Amino acid sequence: MDVLDLARLQFATTTIFHFVFVPISIGLSLLVAIMETLYVTRKDEMYKRMAKFWGTFLIINFAVGIVTGILQEFQFGMNWSDFSRFVGDVFGAPLAIEALLAFFLESTFIGLWVFGWERLPKKVHLACMWLVAIGTMLSALWILAANSFMQRPVGYAIVDGRAQMTDLGALLTNGQLLWEFPHTLAAAIATGAFLVTGISAWKLLQLQRGKAHTDAHADKPLFVSSLRIGLVTALIASAAIAQFGHGQAQYLVDTQPMKMAASEGLWERSEDPAPWTIIAGIDPELQANAYELKVPYLLSFLSYSRFSGSVPGMKELQAEYETVYGPGDYIPPVRTTFWSFRIMVGCGSAMIVLGLYGVYLMLRRRLAEGNRRFLLLLVPAIALPFVANTAGWIMTEIGRQPWTVFGLLTTSDSVSPSVSAGEVWFTLLAFTGIYTILLGVQAYLFVRVARQGPAPEAPEAPAAIDPYESKGGDGLVAE
Amino acid sequence: MSLNELWFVLIAVLFTGFFFLEGFDFGVGMATRLLAKSDTDRRIMLNTIGPFWDANEVWLITAAGAMLAAFPHWYATMFSGYYLLFALVLLALIGRGVAFEFRSKLEAPRWRRIWDGAILIGSTAPPLLLGMALAGAAAGVPIGADMEMAAGWSDIVNVYTVLGGLTLTGLCLLHGLHFLALRTTGELRERSRRMALRWMPWQGALLAAFAVATWLSTDLFERRGLWLGLVLALGAAAYALAAYWNRGGREGLAFAMSGATIALGCVALFAGLFPRVMVSSLDAAYDLTIYNAASGSYTLTAMTIVAACLLPFVLGYQAWSYVVFHKRLRPGDHLEY
Repeated sequence: MDVLDLARLQFATTTIFHFVFVPISIGLSLLVAIMETLYVTRKDEMYKRMAKFWGTFLIINFAVGIVTGILQEFQFGMNWSDFSRFVGDVFGAPLAIEALLAFFLESTFIGLWVFGWERLPKKVHLACMWLVAIGTMLSALWILAANSFMQRPVGYAIVDGRAQMTDLGALLTNGQLLWEFPHTLAAAIATGAFLVTGISAWKLLQLQRGKAHTDAHADKPLFVSSLRIGLVTALIASAAIAQFGHGQAQYLVDTQPMKMAASEGLWERSEDPAPWTIIAGIDPELQANAYELKVPYLLSFLSYSRFSGSVPGMKELQAEYETVYGPGDYIPPVRTTFWSFRIMVGCGSAMIVLGLYGVYLMLRRRLAEGNRRFLLLLVPAIALPFVANTAGWIMTEIGRQPWTVFGLLTTSDSVSPSVSAGEVWFTLLAFTGIYTILLGVQAYLFVRVARQGPAPEAPEAPAAIDPYESKGGDGLVAE
Repeated sequence: MSLNELWFVLIAVLFTGFFFLEGFDFGVGMATRLLAKSDTDRRIMLNTIGPFWDANEVWLITAAGAMLAAFPHWYATMFSGYYLLFALVLLALIGRGVAFEFRSKLEAPRWRRIWDGAILIGSTAPPLLLGMALAGAAAGVPIGADMEMAAGWSDIVNVYTVLGGLTLTGLCLLHGLHFLALRTTGELRERSRRMALRWMPWQGALLAAFAVATWLSTDLFERRGLWLGLVLALGAAAYALAAYWNRGGREGLAFAMSGATIALGCVALFAGLFPRVMVSSLDAAYDLTIYNAASGSYTLTAMTIVAACLLPFVLGYQAWSYVVFHKRLRPGDHLEY
């Protein structure tokens, strides 16, 4: 593998890992903020214990999200220095604003929240968590503004062979961002919601089986309530994902038709009305599909919200791009783009069904009792949003190839010229190794915290004995 | 002042803020190995920086983001040129950040020992490596006409850069000990003070050696001798005052003075570099400067407005977080970490 392949593999690996932690932070901080709001408005101690319990997951996750985020920022300079030189002018601004506006907010107020339970007035403490939640969302907004520029460059001019920013507002009103941001945000909130429902379901199942220790039964209302909050959030967020995803897909047909055609495995222009392919045997060598299973009209509807209209195919677009950008291969890896899209949509649909059924049970007041099967289903469903998020990013980023910045800069022109393959091998192995450990440790701690359950109601008694005294230390106390 | 100059100053301020703030939590991280006699000691020490370290680290992230936005070539050359060095910084920061969060979640001694190791390495390596990178950028690294840096091993690791790294690391340790003396009580506070006093002569020797080495290895004094002389005199005064106030039990002032020493060191470096950001050892024509490495004027103007609007809030709430947690930690206090 050469430097380019290694750098791409490293970017894919570290970004996928990073985006395991990020949606948890965004989703959980919002949910914890809602729970603490219930505590402050209803003055019910249960909600305080609830916020603290789910807050423990949040803060374990937060640290990992931050440190993996630093790597993301440094990586653009380390592995992609020519990309940084070419678009730093435009791309750097949202990154710097993200740090200034969002990272400071998140990191300062999470510190105040974690260490400030007994020191800050209730309402101030609550405001801290809301500021953390807002910070995580602002962070998503600005980094997605940078990503949207890569999908659809706006607000720039090419001066002396480099992209220079001409309009910061255009970056924020980029049509790509207006779909990508709410779509991604909803996905992150759903991720947090399914984590809460899954763990709550698991705890309730334990109680049903009588496995939990006896005083844990006092926690049943806490978990039923968590499950409700989680399910309602999951349903709203999952429905929003689909809605904004639909808008995003239509926008793709306009701005990145090649990505759309690849994600549909569409070599030739489709019929009119266009059918949607459920599965296909894609053969990139022959530029044809061995078999296809299609639903009539559906692709027309997905692309244009009506039951007519054809969608351009990859061969046609390839010819078109060759006249615009010169000779080259402008077709992205089709199999990956096609299947990642289907995995994303499949998981997303399952999330909607689960959310709908859960809320239906809730309204029929049959949620906690006697629905073991549904609760059992919610536990592995924790994985659904992670799979969907990963597949979605793979589709977005692979589907843009061969470009890093669509139409302006190719991936092979972006990589650092001064870095050797050996160096990238080293960082690839080191980062992947440490990330795997982090993921393992975090999963282990999550299970442990979940097993232990919420902290008991009474505040822990302060240690009565001075540790120095008890040890007979040699310092001032012993004198 | 032109926008290029303004952004040079802003990035210098961000780096200075980073080393002042994260400097003390790096120091506390190092001191956990040197000073703690028990697990409780160690936990108290970690909890003194608990609410702060994360936001302190954001100063570095913001500095790097500002480099990318305002001086893309500086960012690109520095991060790709010092590839392995920054990879090690990242590994150290990753290990340390999660270690704070993970270590006290389990009682098992082995578990805690592993994360304590990560805290020690993660707090020592970054100032050492970043000190080396900045010293190297001042002394000169092989940057060619294409702005690419093709550094060999000895361009990055040599007597001057290692001395720079050690000086910065030692200063962070001193600063961290002062912070511990400021935020703990009883025996721990005393031990921190005494260790800081014992360390000061050695650190003073390091500082003096680095100043002489800078005179020999860089052109900083040639270019701005008067300025640098003034800054160094102020730095020496701050350093002496730190010792004086520490001896007198005025930990807050001692802490401010060790911070001032770090800040003045940063000021000396950036003032000596100006208007360059990285010096080329091949040819002065290849130096990266605030002009040839910069973004267009639109970006600089837009970013200036954004920074002017946001920075006051950032400084305000971050300062407030220090006010909220101004009390000394006592044995028996609730320990989050």
